[in-house]
Amino acid sequence: MNQHDSHPSGFLLTENLVKRFDDVVAVDDVSISIQKGEIFALLGSSGCGKSTLLRILAGFEKPTAGRVLLNGLDIASFPPYERPINMMFQSYALFPHLNIWDNVAFGLKREGMPPAQIKTRVEEMLELVQLTAYAKRKPHQLSGGQQQRVALARSLAKKPQLLLLDEPLGALDKKLRQRTQFELVHIIESVGVTVVMVTHDQEEAMTMASRIAVMSHGRVLQVGTPQEIYECPTNRFVADFIGNINLFDGQLSVDEHDRSEITIDQGVVHIDHGIGGSIGMPLTIAVRPEKIYISKTRPNVNVNLFSGKVREIGYFGSYSSFIVEMQDGRTVVVTEPNGSRLENIDITWDDRVFFWWDEADPVVLTH
Amino acid sequence: MKTSSSQALLRLLQAHFGKLWLLVVYLFLYGPLLFLILFSFNSTRQDAVFTGFSTRWYEALLNDSRLVGGFFLSLKVAVITGTLSTILGTFAAFVLVRYQRFRGRSLFSGLVSAPLVMPEVIIGLSLLLLMVAVQHAIGWPERGATTIVLGHTLLGMAYATVVVAARLREMDRTIEEAAMDLGCRPLQVFFLVTLPNILPSLVAAWMLTFTLSFDDVVISEFLSGPGVTTLPQVIFGYARRGVNPSIYAAATILILTVSTGIIAYSILTMRAQRRRERDAQAAVLAEIRSVEENVGTA
Amino acid sequence: MNIQRWLHVHPGRRFVIGVPFVWLLIFFVVPFLILLRISVTDMGNGVNPFAPLMQAVDGSLHIMLKYQNYLSIFEEVDKGSGAKAWGQTIYLEAYLTSLKYACLTTILCLVIGYPFAYFIARAKKSVQPALLMLVMLPFWTSFLLRVYAWKGILADQGVVNNVLVWAGFIQEPLQLLYSDVSMLVGMTYVYCPFMILPLYATLVKLDFRLLEAAYDLGASPWKAFWLITVPLSKAGIIAGSMLVFIPCVGEFVIPSLLGGAENIMIGRVVWDEMFSSNNWPRASALAVVMILFILVPMAVYNHYGAEREAAGKE
Repeated sequence: MNQHDSHPSGFLLTENLVKRFDDVVAVDDVSISIQKGEIFALLGSSGCGKSTLLRILAGFEKPTAGRVLLNGLDIASFPPYERPINMMFQSYALFPHLNIWDNVAFGLKREGMPPAQIKTRVEEMLELVQLTAYAKRKPHQLSGGQQQRVALARSLAKKPQLLLLDEPLGALDKKLRQRTQFELVHIIESVGVTVVMVTHDQEEAMTMASRIAVMSHGRVLQVGTPQEIYECPTNRFVADFIGNINLFDGQLSVDEHDRSEITIDQGVVHIDHGIGGSIGMPLTIAVRPEKIYISKTRPNVNVNLFSGKVREIGYFGSYSSFIVEMQDGRTVVVTEPNGSRLENIDITWDDRVFFWWDEADPVVLTH
Repeated sequence: MKTSSSQALLRLLQAHFGKLWLLVVYLFLYGPLLFLILFSFNSTRQDAVFTGFSTRWYEALLNDSRLVGGFFLSLKVAVITGTLSTILGTFAAFVLVRYQRFRGRSLFSGLVSAPLVMPEVIIGLSLLLLMVAVQHAIGWPERGATTIVLGHTLLGMAYATVVVAARLREMDRTIEEAAMDLGCRPLQVFFLVTLPNILPSLVAAWMLTFTLSFDDVVISEFLSGPGVTTLPQVIFGYARRGVNPSIYAAATILILTVSTGIIAYSILTMRAQRRRERDAQAAVLAEIRSVEENVGTA
Repeated sequence: MNIQRWLHVHPGRRFVIGVPFVWLLIFFVVPFLILLRISVTDMGNGVNPFAPLMQAVDGSLHIMLKYQNYLSIFEEVDKGSGAKAWGQTIYLEAYLTSLKYACLTTILCLVIGYPFAYFIARAKKSVQPALLMLVMLPFWTSFLLRVYAWKGILADQGVVNNVLVWAGFIQEPLQLLYSDVSMLVGMTYVYCPFMILPLYATLVKLDFRLLEAAYDLGASPWKAFWLITVPLSKAGIIAGSMLVFIPCVGEFVIPSLLGGAENIMIGRVVWDEMFSSNNWPRASALAVVMILFILVPMAVYNHYGAEREAAGKE
């Protein structure tokens, strides 16, 4: 397990952070390092500790143990109002009794900024989120998307060194979410602020973040770029959590420096690299459904080739998904993009099919 | 022929039973008020027959120095009670809603709501005994407006707590965190964010406790001293002696003032509510349009 | 804990808890303790009621608690023989009268208020706030004056009697005022809104599709009402009954204005003992016993409340 980040230093560092509530360990020995200008996502299902971690960064929770270093300064004991960090709340938390202008100006006034400067800054922020025309409105007079932009403007107004986003798109409906994702990244990049965001939505994390930390039960299981997380998961949980995947348990049977073979219940899987393990050790093979080819006719390959019967077909527009049952009852999910491979259209229920994958495609997970 | 028409009547009654019931109970609730208003304009001291329109009882009311004096004392007592109760009730509501853990919490929550179920007679009696004991020991306070205010505030605080706590419970706490995140110290959070958001409940609590105090007879009867009589006490004294249309006149003024105020307030809030809904709808429509435009150009 | 530290740790928090807590201790707990204490003193011979309960006599400590104030509530002393007997004292009668009116008022309010709340809850959503406001509105006008109005309405020469005579239902005016009728009308009138509001609050949350489901399964409207609506509104019935029953027991103003010599309730008796007989210990003892009358239904209510909460958590 990659418990610790490979970067030894960074703009924001957490060192062996622990948060306990009574008997529950919400954050368990988390050490991560975030570089300046990054958009870093904490990804996990609800209750995995990502929100608690974010609240520790914001200052709403005091860690039970560990340090939080921002630019080398330990801020773990600082109250929220003394941190150069601002947060965009999941519910936006706009002040209902203040209009949009005053919401954005709120933090600046607390700093004691001169009124003329506040005016310039607020106008600049409203311009950035394209809400200048709504300055005199109250929050409840805006739509969800507009409220989200006000929340963003308000949290950016003080030019924080670190911006925290708590489920930034969670309160929006699906159609709006896709458009807002890119808009949000665009604004953040134009401002050049370092961001830590929390999300349970892997698609959101993949499109917005430069790096992702996958969390479960208070621990960070893997940190990496979206591509690393997807293509090279380092453990079973991450492989299973991100996207769909087919997992096969087996044992290492051949291990050379440029190739290896793993015996699973249904046959032998060939891999184009060495494992560097001992023969007979238990391993898990993970293969993404879109890396698997499917055909009714026998293809011209002789490794990693299996067969089965089509049990279910799901049509999803841009792709179709097949559930294939192998001889021993084990099922495998295969997806095929529609339109490019017309020959697959004739695959139907109960057809006998062949499926196979390249030697480079499986991911080998050690236990 | 006769049976069918009575059957039709029965069916009509069945269909409109609900409306009929509402009407009868509302008549029951409002009959006495209408009675007071009508007979305050009666020309004689009669209860049963309206003998002619007159405003003599209103003149009599204004010339009755006891009623007028009682009114001003009650007003003073009610204003102070409303204010004190609302302040104390806000404190207590904060403790109830926000401080989940401290020693004596269950005792505290029991004490806060106890005056609500305690008969006023017992509140009045036990406070009287306290006042007498304290006066016995240190020679203060004389029974009078001060002791009445203390008694009313004990009861008023319990009501104010209920009203403010309800609002505090439904308030979104993340706006307080947001304020802190944007640089507010705890006291600033309270005055800049929490207070403006619970303000409607403070106004409601003030109005409720003002009314309670302005209306109270029992506690005042126990705690007032010689020569100090609130308006309800004066009315209570008159009422036990018999019919006095001056009181009808006083009642009419009160009923008209209060109902005008409440109806105006309801209409205003309803209008504001409707305006808010309209604005929100417009905002959503605008958003949808902008999404469509974006999709169209993309 | 060290007071100095206690104040130091969270000064704001201590202040917020301390202010209302101290207030309640001084003006609620202490007076109640004084009440309890005076209820066990003897005032017969002009003894200072605040004299210490413990006295050192002949070097030993004597605690002087007098229970005769409590005993005299239930015990009648025959003037002639001086023999004591359990019996119908005026105090016991006043308690029973209070309980009688409290129970009857609660039932009347339920009978009138339940259908009323039900019909409001089933009225159009748009008119419900207005209908409710109409229930609340009289509450904001003087309670005393509204009770007083009934005095004029129910008098021998009052509106009701005149209308009945005029219509030919009766020849002679009925004795309505200073009777059970005026007492119950007055108390029901005043406390009905307290029954209606909690009933409405539970009935409006009730999913009326459940009734449709019941009809669909063959229940008649009556059956559906008894098997679905009533059980599901039990919380409102209990809350409303408490809100009516408890203040009714201690009612002071209504019996004073609308009741006769027969309708003396315990609140009035406490007052008379205090100010007419000047018997503070007995007034206190009567008040303490009165609290017991309130505590019993409260305990039942809390029991149900706890049960509901437990059921909710499962």
